[in-house]
Amino acid sequence: MSYDDDDYPADTFPKDFGYGTYNQDGLEMEPNSTGSSETKPRILLMGLRRSGKSSIQKVVFHKMSPNETLFLESTSKIVKDDINNSSFVQFQIWDFPGQIDFIEPTFDSDMIFGGCGALVFVIDAKDDYNEALTKFKNTVIKAYKVNQRIKFEVFIHKVDGISDDSKMESQRDIHQRSSDDLSEAGLNQIHLSFHLTSIYDHSIFEAFSKVVQKLIPQLPTLENLLNIFIPNSGIEKAFLFDVVSKIYIATDSSPVDMQTYELCCDMIDVVIDLSSIYSSEETAFDSGSSSLIKLNNNTILYLREVNKFLALVCILREENFNRQGVIDYNFICFRDAISEVFELRLRQKQLENNEDEDLADEHTLIRHGNDAAVVT
Amino acid sequence: MKKKVLLMGKSGSGKTSMRSIIFANYIARDTTRLGATIDVEHSHVKFLGNLVLNLWDCGGQEGFMKQYIAQQRDNIFRNVEVLIYVFDVESQEMERDVHYYQSCLEALLQNSPEALIFCLVHKMDLVPEEQREEVFKDREEDLIRLSKPGNVTCFRTSIWDETLYKAWSSIVTMLIPNVAALEDSVTHFANVIEADEVLLFEKATFLVISYFQSKKNRDSHRFEKVSNIIKQFKLSCSKLGAKFQSMEVRNSAFAAFIDTFTSNTYVMVVMSDPTLPSEATLVNIRNARKHFEELENPNNSAMNHHSHKYH
Repeated sequence: MSYDDDDYPADTFPKDFGYGTYNQDGLEMEPNSTGSSETKPRILLMGLRRSGKSSIQKVVFHKMSPNETLFLESTSKIVKDDINNSSFVQFQIWDFPGQIDFIEPTFDSDMIFGGCGALVFVIDAKDDYNEALTKFKNTVIKAYKVNQRIKFEVFIHKVDGISDDSKMESQRDIHQRSSDDLSEAGLNQIHLSFHLTSIYDHSIFEAFSKVVQKLIPQLPTLENLLNIFIPNSGIEKAFLFDVVSKIYIATDSSPVDMQTYELCCDMIDVVIDLSSIYSSEETAFDSGSSSLIKLNNNTILYLREVNKFLALVCILREENFNRQGVIDYNFICFRDAISEVFELRLRQKQLENNEDEDLADEHTLIRHGNDAAVVT
Repeated sequence: MKKKVLLMGKSGSGKTSMRSIIFANYIARDTTRLGATIDVEHSHVKFLGNLVLNLWDCGGQEGFMKQYIAQQRDNIFRNVEVLIYVFDVESQEMERDVHYYQSCLEALLQNSPEALIFCLVHKMDLVPEEQREEVFKDREEDLIRLSKPGNVTCFRTSIWDETLYKAWSSIVTMLIPNVAALEDSVTHFANVIEADEVLLFEKATFLVISYFQSKKNRDSHRFEKVSNIIKQFKLSCSKLGAKFQSMEVRNSAFAAFIDTFTSNTYVMVVMSDPTLPSEATLVNIRNARKHFEELENPNNSAMNHHSHKYH
């Protein structure tokens, strides 16, 4: 096999699983991506057939409109989708069709679960989910054995069109049964998180945001920076967005209003769409990207580029925008601080001091102290 | 000035869906909730100052069609300015569709010989992308032949992409009385402020009613795309009970400004020099406002003021 020298998990599927069609076309891999991927959160997406994994992937990372996902064919081979180059988040999807016996000893779960930060298991809420729960239990047990730090996230999916009552009911039921399953297996200590999701609204983006945030070790620092930046600039709320996926990496500590978040998502859409028309698709989001939208209720939305992947979207009152100079200056301080936070992480990884996260935090805090002085 | 617009076509061909998207801020997905139109639904759409579109959405079930052609013939086809006839591209009974189309056409030519005729080949999204051009060309040829002696303009449309905006934009532009003056002013304005592109949108529908471009853009569908993008955003704002007033988007290659312009329009100005301060462009837009306002409402006092200036 041509991939023998890359240690990619895809290699580990023995041919005798009946994957005749599985070939390199289905596995667009980049062997050299390990360097940068180390510093990015890695997410696995699993679930039964037709639970909606491909649709989620297309809608969140490829800007497909939810209606078009109806025409997606079911995934017949193992698909590994890399969003390495465009997104802050590294994200892989593993489709596990029925005939694979997941617990098969030849199945190399070390490779799959070893480097992954979160496992998202998609359950179709409109379907009978008994089989899904069994699969989920087996997956969790197996994954936990390999990697105890893995975060387990359950997406109770396709909840659009279900009444709020039955939504809560299925969440309660799924929660109850999966917890029971795990305690039977003697794994009480595993923490499961549940999210109600649908591709027809922003709940899927919101859920992913929460999943990704748990995987970012710098999150407290980022939140702290935002908390300093915001009051000093007269801003009410700010989101740090991964532009491609519209996942928010961090926000300040004030509560998140779903509608405000949706509006910020839509703003990113507008900015990227207009920019791809008037510059080009590849350079739509570049170092000069910024946008300002005024609404008639005295509100301003202000977007600035932070780095290749990230944008900051701020919401503020119109009268506070009079001092745009101050906001812009503070923003530059904020952006520098963020790039240092991530650079440090990268440098540290290059030095292969894998376990030195404490040190990183220490550095960023000092740096962040400096920034506080500048911002005020 | 009222202009009567007939919207006709077989039942289920998509007349009410497109009307709802263009004039009633529906999004494409919501049109699945619409039921069949019974008889004729009238709606008045205030468009650009004194132009009012009087839309007659004619339910297309056979029983109704027969009535339109027979008993209601005069009522329906008199004083028509525009006939928009919608064909479902996937229709299995093309012959019958054509039969009704020709009967309507005949009635129209008798009662309103001056009326403009447009055919929309609709639901093009159901045709595989690579065949769309060919299928449409065939249909267009047929329709032009079948419409003789009337003159017909054909558009391919789908509610799922920007083609719908393109068709309606072209249609309404033909109805605006002083469109030539508007275009001159837009061109003049664009040259003065050295803009790459200036678009004028009707406020409620966000259809492009006039434009100027000085620089070639590789995307020939961009006006409709912009309409679509902004309209989607307007809808998201309305979920929060807000309306959007102005917008500025820029990167290293361009700067675009969208702003409320006259009482009936929005303007979009695209500049290729992003180093130019935004405020400069915004002031220019503000200054041009008055001139366009007068252009749109020539009847009110502003006109007097205007003529004084030149005396």
